[in-house]
Amino acid sequence: MREIAPRQLRFYGEGISYLRKVESKGRLIVVEGPDGSGRSTQVDQIIAKLEAAGHAVVTTGLKRSELIGSGILEAKHKLPLGKKTLALFYAADFADQLEHRIIPALHAGYVVVADRYIYTLMARSNVRGTGRGWSHDLFGFAIKPDLVFYLDVPPEELFHRVFQKYGTLDYYESGADMGLSDDLYESFVIYQEKIAKEFAHLASKYGIVRVDGGRSIPEVGTDLQTRIDEYLESQRL
Amino acid sequence: MVEGIDGSGKSTQVHLLDKWLRSLGLRVFFTEWNSSDVVKEITSKGKKKALLTPTTFSLLHATDFADRYERNISPLLEAGYCVLADRYVYTAFVRDVVRGCSPAWVRKVYSFAAIPDITFYFRVPPEIAMERILEGRPKLKYYEAGMDLNLSNDEYESYRIFQGRIVDQYESMVGRDRFVVIDGTLGIEEQQERMRRQVLKVIQRPVASLPAPVETRRAGGT
Repeated sequence: MREIAPRQLRFYGEGISYLRKVESKGRLIVVEGPDGSGRSTQVDQIIAKLEAAGHAVVTTGLKRSELIGSGILEAKHKLPLGKKTLALFYAADFADQLEHRIIPALHAGYVVVADRYIYTLMARSNVRGTGRGWSHDLFGFAIKPDLVFYLDVPPEELFHRVFQKYGTLDYYESGADMGLSDDLYESFVIYQEKIAKEFAHLASKYGIVRVDGGRSIPEVGTDLQTRIDEYLESQRL
Repeated sequence: MVEGIDGSGKSTQVHLLDKWLRSLGLRVFFTEWNSSDVVKEITSKGKKKALLTPTTFSLLHATDFADRYERNISPLLEAGYCVLADRYVYTAFVRDVVRGCSPAWVRKVYSFAAIPDITFYFRVPPEIAMERILEGRPKLKYYEAGMDLNLSNDEYESYRIFQGRIVDQYESMVGRDRFVVIDGTLGIEEQQERMRRQVLKVIQRPVASLPAPVETRRAGGT
């Protein structure tokens, strides 16, 4: 099998000056989508197929850094955090994953599959009113992924999936901190519509591929896999 | 706001300023760098393990600042309080840049913070600051000496280089953002007197004409 062509890391903004010369011999594939969109299932399948095809794969996600991941949850329970505080907290967690996991893996030639990336953080922050310009600037240290998919599922459908799976709605994922509605169902739907709208905006700005997540798991899986295979084939030396 | 390197005497001075303002009957709120409960634990845990990259280090301090800003500084300014801060965003501008973060990026991250009415910058040669620190305790701390930057294996030498770079960054900001330079080698009382004179210029203005705290200094999109 031919190797994937090496290239310099590409950053969104100012980047990380001490990592500017690092070369990526792997590729970064991102799957975005709200809870209940089938995102994690698809990520698992993508990893299985990539490994079966002989790629070395590393996975990453949000709230996973050793240092910060648990801290985020503690802080959420103790005191309500301001919108900028929350945005920066998640950015710190992401930065830790980026520098300790994603970049070293890319450098070593792994295909990195990210179960969510900065776009979720930007969307959450933007719908809470921190300003699109600010969140764009904040993630100026992030590297540009090679492929980004967004699993789009209508909010009403999401509600049923989330409820079936967890039996309850997550406080922040329902936008309960935003005072959208006293009714949690209504709040959830309004919030997810706002997130979806924000993603539509982000999609055009950052080249995110919208995928219809309302279909069956195998259908969505085949769709994603075809696109990933085509892309990786085009990247070989 | 007071800024300057460790051992520059700024904490002593801001303490005296605090007492004085309260004695004048003003409502005062005092806040310190890296003191929010939310982030404190994580930052100190990371520091102990020396796990933090400059970017993460920077963002954790920004989180701490944002928490204090959103929770205390911004609402209290609006309510007419005098807010005193032992270190403000300028500490991030100097330290993060010395550790290798992009200056433009760090400023953008903190763009939501209002420019203080006065920022006192305590100008002290690093050698004098180090003597003052070592009077209180025998050893320099790992991050204080900039040991994470691999400047030198000798922590005193590392301290001198690191603090020298910090001072260069501070000096580059003099003349902007209402910086007032205080000679930190002067006597404690002389310094305080100079500071009080500057503060009087600001608080004697009728409250209505005080610059309103600005939510963002640059267009932040929609």
